[in-house]
Amino acid sequence: MDRGGSAQPLLLARDLRKHFPIAGGLLGRATRVVRAVDDLSLSVEKGETLGVVGESGCGKSTVARLLMRLIKPDRGTMVLDGDPVDQPHGITVNELRRQVQMVFQDSYASLNPRLTIVETLAFAPKAHGLPSAEARARSRDLLAKVGLDPVHFADRYPHELSGGQRQRVNIARALALRPRLVILDEAVSALDKSVEAQVLNMLADLKSEFGLTYVFISHDLNVVQYLSDRVMVMYLGKIVEIGPVDAIYSDPQHPYTRALLSARPSMDPRKRTREAPIQGDPPNPIDPPSGCRFRTRCPFAEDVCAKAEPLLTDTGAQEVACHMRIKGSGHTRAP
Amino acid sequence: MAIQSPSLDLGGGAGVRATPAAQVRGYWQQVGRRLRRDPVTLVCAVVLLLIVASALAAPWLGFADPYKTSMIRRLYPVGSPNHLLGTDELGRDMLSRLIHGGRLSLFMGVTPVVCALLIGGLLGITAGFMGGRVNMLIMRIMDVFYAFPSVLLAISLSGAMGAGAENTLLSLTLVFIPPICRVSESVTTQVRGFDFVEAARASGAGTLAIVRVHVLGNVLGPILVYATSLISVAIILAAGLSFLGLGVKPPEPEWGLMLNTLRQAIYVNPLLAALPGVMIFLTSICFNLMSDGLRAAMDVKA
Repeated sequence: MDRGGSAQPLLLARDLRKHFPIAGGLLGRATRVVRAVDDLSLSVEKGETLGVVGESGCGKSTVARLLMRLIKPDRGTMVLDGDPVDQPHGITVNELRRQVQMVFQDSYASLNPRLTIVETLAFAPKAHGLPSAEARARSRDLLAKVGLDPVHFADRYPHELSGGQRQRVNIARALALRPRLVILDEAVSALDKSVEAQVLNMLADLKSEFGLTYVFISHDLNVVQYLSDRVMVMYLGKIVEIGPVDAIYSDPQHPYTRALLSARPSMDPRKRTREAPIQGDPPNPIDPPSGCRFRTRCPFAEDVCAKAEPLLTDTGAQEVACHMRIKGSGHTRAP
Repeated sequence: MAIQSPSLDLGGGAGVRATPAAQVRGYWQQVGRRLRRDPVTLVCAVVLLLIVASALAAPWLGFADPYKTSMIRRLYPVGSPNHLLGTDELGRDMLSRLIHGGRLSLFMGVTPVVCALLIGGLLGITAGFMGGRVNMLIMRIMDVFYAFPSVLLAISLSGAMGAGAENTLLSLTLVFIPPICRVSESVTTQVRGFDFVEAARASGAGTLAIVRVHVLGNVLGPILVYATSLISVAIILAAGLSFLGLGVKPPEPEWGLMLNTLRQAIYVNPLLAALPGVMIFLTSICFNLMSDGLRAAMDVKA
């Protein structure tokens, strides 16, 4: 399975862009667009867990769906372990989907209410040509792997399961094609805390057992810190900061990352939030602010922030898109 | 006893247990159980079953010849000896004609709905699942048909093609395709938006497999319920067309046509003249109530 060695990224995405047209006008022509994901590049290394954080509506889920090609990007290229996707001499979208799988947030909506658990799990292997009996046997094995006794659960229907059990089934379904990369889109966000912890530990076990790579999307900063090797912070369809989890959490460089981290509730009363929490809602992604998209809510915004868009710049431990960290950007705080 | 039997460990290391699998019920088992507890639906189903069975078995039940006229025994009242439900304006036995009439009336009601279900359902599911331009094309064409009131459309189609059972069937089928198509499209669009369809697409399965396994099972129920409710409309429309002289031709026994020819007797023997109408009413309301019951029984969430 592994082709390029461990140094080659498992998944490379370059300049991914998705603008959703808004139907308007007399004939329903698209007059304006929502810039859900705007020229975003990222790489996922083999065996790592890449955490993706950001406010609601910042494009996290669109990134997930773009990486799975559930929606077609307006532009941009993807390379899976050296193979370009959907290009001549590359692999097809179907081959990509065999190696990249996804777990959705809503555990109930993502299971067909008319199918038993084993039927749901066997669907994908059967669609890829595995004989029915073999697909069912593999499904029962997977059920055991996610901690559900196949004797009791195989022939049940989704409505007979609890939320945590259903999400275990969804994880098993994602593993049914033996993928290399699993995208977890808010996969544990809807679970209550004790169940969430169990599922997180199970995810860690499955990762080492199957040699998986995760893209873990969540709005819960603590969970991301617990699970991730690297963290990517998104704001209005752009990456504002990306780097190793320790660097991001101990020394956040971007004012948005700092605001996010300081807004997180602390168990320790001595570590109460002192920094001014972020104000207002994110601007409308239909007409994002010029230059730096965060400048409308940034306490350090200056003229340069409205004129030029800050590019991701290496600052040692992590990469940051902020004029305050770019040499000679014209910002008074620039180095 | 501190001895634990290893044979009791069925789990094989599995962490979570649930109640035994014996209580497992499929969706349709649940629907059936709910239907059995619904007296109205049950009564309607029994009445319909009687009407359909007697209509099907009519030639072998030993009733009088429904075509045999008699100038002497015209318009006998209900309850006459030898003619339990009286005779019509040409002296034919009403009971026999009503039961034989069910054959044509039911056939004219059910056939167009079944044909429209196949065509309209296929179009609607296609439109709903494909979305975009395909959806736009199919649904706008349906909207054109929708612009006409269904009765008027049926009358004008039958009028244009001429009277006769075949043309009535054809025009009724055309009338019922747009509403079935629209219902199919809306439920399919709804199901397509669920994450499990998205997950199926993410597994790289083909469109046909996704539609067969994940879409059909979830849309067929509501579409069938709607089609059942249309049967009553179809029976009434077919009877109406016959009444107007656009449907079945005399002397065939058919409820709408019988209602028409008995019209003149309404002041002489109103009960007799109303009998075919009672049959139409009974059949269509049974179909309607049954579809309501089905809808309620199938509305299971958890």
